[in-house]
Amino acid sequence: MAIDVRVQDAPFDFGAEADSFAAGRSDLGAVVTFTGIVRDTDGALDGMEIEHYPGMTEKALQKIAAEAEARWSLGEVLVIHRFGKLAAGERIMMVATASAHRAHAFEAAEYLMDYLKSRAPFWKKERAGGAESWVAAKDADETALKRW
Amino acid sequence: MIDVLYFAWVRERIGLPKERIETSATTVADLVAELREREERYEAAFADLSALRVALDQELSDFDAPLADVREVAFFPPMTGG
Repeated sequence: MAIDVRVQDAPFDFGAEADSFAAGRSDLGAVVTFTGIVRDTDGALDGMEIEHYPGMTEKALQKIAAEAEARWSLGEVLVIHRFGKLAAGERIMMVATASAHRAHAFEAAEYLMDYLKSRAPFWKKERAGGAESWVAAKDADETALKRW
Repeated sequence: MIDVLYFAWVRERIGLPKERIETSATTVADLVAELREREERYEAAFADLSALRVALDQELSDFDAPLADVREVAFFPPMTGG
């Protein structure tokens, strides 16, 4: 089983990543991908900046991916997460999971997202109308972990 | 000597991303108490510990954790990735 974790400021090519993910693994009948996009709910967002903790970020993501691997039967796991300045509509991150059957790939992808949101050291700051503000963590993000 | 790192609004309130501190604190809570007495900007950053998280040597930890053999402490708000 292969875990591929990338933390980068550069954009990534979602199409190319999805295309090459688990390519050639005909034993894996199910691939799930999730993509997080910079949301601009009311058209007021000027942009976002994501800060992270170099070193810890990679370790935390590896650990989350390894835990997913231990719980589900996965053939491949990919996590890409960007940091730095991003504009509305840009892709922030993606996860991909591959398994023999879909249930494992779906559940593992949700698990990865739930843990990634509140256990990987990233912080979002939004710029809107000339003002900057740190995005607050939601209680729901912490509650989401309890189902696992 | 211990490296202390600050992220997000903790970094902004304290005004620096990282510093090396000479301390005799034996737990994270002791270190926080020591920092709070230093200057107003530390007091402002550490006023509400329930709004903060701590990592010891790049692993999430707790405020009552011991500092023995720890080289790097990081303080930051709850994470907002994804």
